[in-house]
Amino acid sequence: MAVMQINPTRMELTRLKNRLKTARRGHKLLKDKRDELMKQFLELVKQNKELRETVERMIGEVHKKFLIARAVMSSEFLGEALMFPKQKIALKAEEGNIMGVEVPILSFTTESTDESNVYPYGFATTSGELDGAISTLSEVFPYMLKLAQLEKTVQLLAAEIEKTRRRVNALEYVLIPQLTETIKYISMKLDENERGNLTRLMKVKDMMLEEAHNYKARLKEE
Amino acid sequence: MYKIGVIGDKDSILGFLALGLNIFPVKDKTEAESVFTKLVNEEFALIYITETTAKEILPLIQKYKEQSFPVVVPIPGIKGSENIGMQAVRNAVERAVGANILFGN
Repeated sequence: MAVMQINPTRMELTRLKNRLKTARRGHKLLKDKRDELMKQFLELVKQNKELRETVERMIGEVHKKFLIARAVMSSEFLGEALMFPKQKIALKAEEGNIMGVEVPILSFTTESTDESNVYPYGFATTSGELDGAISTLSEVFPYMLKLAQLEKTVQLLAAEIEKTRRRVNALEYVLIPQLTETIKYISMKLDENERGNLTRLMKVKDMMLEEAHNYKARLKEE
Repeated sequence: MYKIGVIGDKDSILGFLALGLNIFPVKDKTEAESVFTKLVNEEFALIYITETTAKEILPLIQKYKEQSFPVVVPIPGIKGSENIGMQAVRNAVERAVGANILFGN
């Protein structure tokens, strides 16, 4: 792992040690966040899958019924029958929060609460198949809304998990090793300087003693 | 109060009119694109779109994937499911986990 370009001083060493401490703490926190997000995600995505299967199957049924209705009614009558809907749906959208991820919360209210009152047409010119299709469709709708909310949540969570995982990996495999290496490099460099200094001092001391007492000259005399 | 829009070919989405949703029948790609952009700019928090149409304007839909609104949900059209919705779920799993663990294929 590469060592950072930095002056090997005691001040830098302290600074790096603090950074390492922060990085370690951040790494731990992010890892916890990732694990918790993953736990929630797996639960939701399972629901998402099941709900989507249900909704797709039910919509398939609706289409089938519509197909039959269209076969027995002329398309003008069909269009006319559905042209002015009786039912009105008001969507309420709020924002919820899962582990810091903003997710939509959807709910709806229908204008008329009477279940049997969804047919916007008189029964004289329409076929019974159309009634069936419409009633199935109004049954599916709550599921469709739930699906929309769930699916968006799952997508947003997936994006957040990916982001968090990248951060965790960057800290774990890049920043933290780099800091450790650099700290090691600086402390070795400082130790080396210290040793160099010590030798130099000893040498100087020798030289000064030599000058003061003239050991060599005396040795020759003896 | 937000509105719900349904985009797709006329035959697939006509029924939603009876529920009181706003339907927008489209015929081709350019029309679908302009309708979709229009709905996003207006107050549509939830847009259902048939898979056949969704497939054509997928890049446009992907752009809104990471915002909380609008919520775009593909639904099967009259021709049956083309697995686009399921594929999105699968992609999400792969993205988050790194491997496909829910779908055994």
